[in-house]
Amino acid sequence: MQPILSIRNLTVNLKHHTIISNLSFDVQPGDNLTIIGPNGSGKTVLLKTILGGFIYEGEIKIAPGIKIGYVPQKIEADLHLPINLGDFLHAKARIIGEPASEIKAVVDSVGLDKEIFNKPIGQLSGGQFQRALVAFALLGKPNLILFDEPTASIDQTGEEQIYELIHKLQKQYKLTVVLVSHDISIVYQYATKVLCLNREGVCYGTPRKTLNPEVLKKLYGVPHQYYEHKHPHK
Amino acid sequence: MALNEIFSIIIAILTAVTAGLIGAFALMKRMTLAADAISHVALPGIGIAIIFTVNPIIGAAAALLIGAILIWKLEQKTGLSTETTIGVVFTSALALGAMLTTSEELIDALFGRFQGISWPIFIIGLICATLIIWFVIKYKDELVLNLFSKDLAKATGVDTNKLDLFFILAFALTIILGLKFLGALLAGSLAIIPAAVARQLTGNLKSFLLISAIVSLVSMISGILISSRYGTELGPTVIIVAAALFFLSLLRKGV
Repeated sequence: MQPILSIRNLTVNLKHHTIISNLSFDVQPGDNLTIIGPNGSGKTVLLKTILGGFIYEGEIKIAPGIKIGYVPQKIEADLHLPINLGDFLHAKARIIGEPASEIKAVVDSVGLDKEIFNKPIGQLSGGQFQRALVAFALLGKPNLILFDEPTASIDQTGEEQIYELIHKLQKQYKLTVVLVSHDISIVYQYATKVLCLNREGVCYGTPRKTLNPEVLKKLYGVPHQYYEHKHPHK
Repeated sequence: MALNEIFSIIIAILTAVTAGLIGAFALMKRMTLAADAISHVALPGIGIAIIFTVNPIIGAAAALLIGAILIWKLEQKTGLSTETTIGVVFTSALALGAMLTTSEELIDALFGRFQGISWPIFIIGLICATLIIWFVIKYKDELVLNLFSKDLAKATGVDTNKLDLFFILAFALTIILGLKFLGALLAGSLAIIPAAVARQLTGNLKSFLLISAIVSLVSMISGILISSRYGTELGPTVIIVAAALFFLSLLRKGV
């Protein structure tokens, strides 16, 4: 099978520091590739480089016809803007030329009530806002979605709901998912592949074969607490 | 009323609309202080133009456009916030301008004056105002995404660098339009205060832009009427009307 995304010998330098060094991996259609690694290991930079945000050496090959959606880690903007959820989603729909009917479809599929359409973005809860960002990414029918710590700003119950949502959407829309996470336990639950990143690739493969205490020690520097979910996939 | 005064009134009205629209985005971009300071850069331009007996508006326009591009470059290169860069560049410009401009011209340059304008200036003003209004309406979605998150905007295919440049140019043009009537000190205020009023009253984009433009328009028209009736200076009168509307909007919000 031809990979959707193929990365070879990727090196990214920012302000004379090497952020990512000689990284290679492939993402196959339907994969859920979860990227783990300590803070400052280059996870966010990797996603932004794939999106075209940074200059790099090496090769990033995206298969023809692939559309990428993106859910950022956090939004730095002032959330007290006089902009409601409807304005936010309509803005993207109009820019990419998607009909307004599509907005209703994506809002439904992330489980948001359309009554909150008229709510200013700043008044949404953390979980609602995160779903709104997922809906935003789904607009335009992407095949590949990059999630950067999709649960960074919500509580633990909300966190599990978001991961479940991503899993559901992946099946529903036949998406390929690349997800950055700090939560190793979710790797066992949903990931088909895992990439350990600490400037360079420390491990890459299926979670059960790849992750072990030695790898995690190499990745995080100290023995890492993790647990494996034993319950079967839904 | 003479034709050149009618020209002037039309441009004043269009200026108010552009200031309301551009100001709305400046407020959301948190560059309202910058908006105020940006108008100060006109002063050295006016001073230099007077020294070389060129039309002061041309000097002001040249200075503002150079200032706008300088800000845009600085922001890209240094990663400082717009607020800081504008604070440094434009307040030094105010000091330089005050030094260069003679005292009787300084009052006009600082506070503006309502006078008739010739038809070439009228046509140029008309074109500028139409361009700015077109820009805001056409690119409002891109501007919204950009101020939310540059990453999201880029991922949606928006050229954020270009958009930032166009915005700051549109802003400078708005100030140039307002300069004649409101002066260098107050031209920025017509962009800030109406947007602040609108912010008190609404939580969605469409009505925010609309209210901001209307408040700006009402301030300008009332300002012209009051100042022609009571002989007060136009610039300060317009801004006092706008400020009064702002305090009314606070009451409405129950502060």
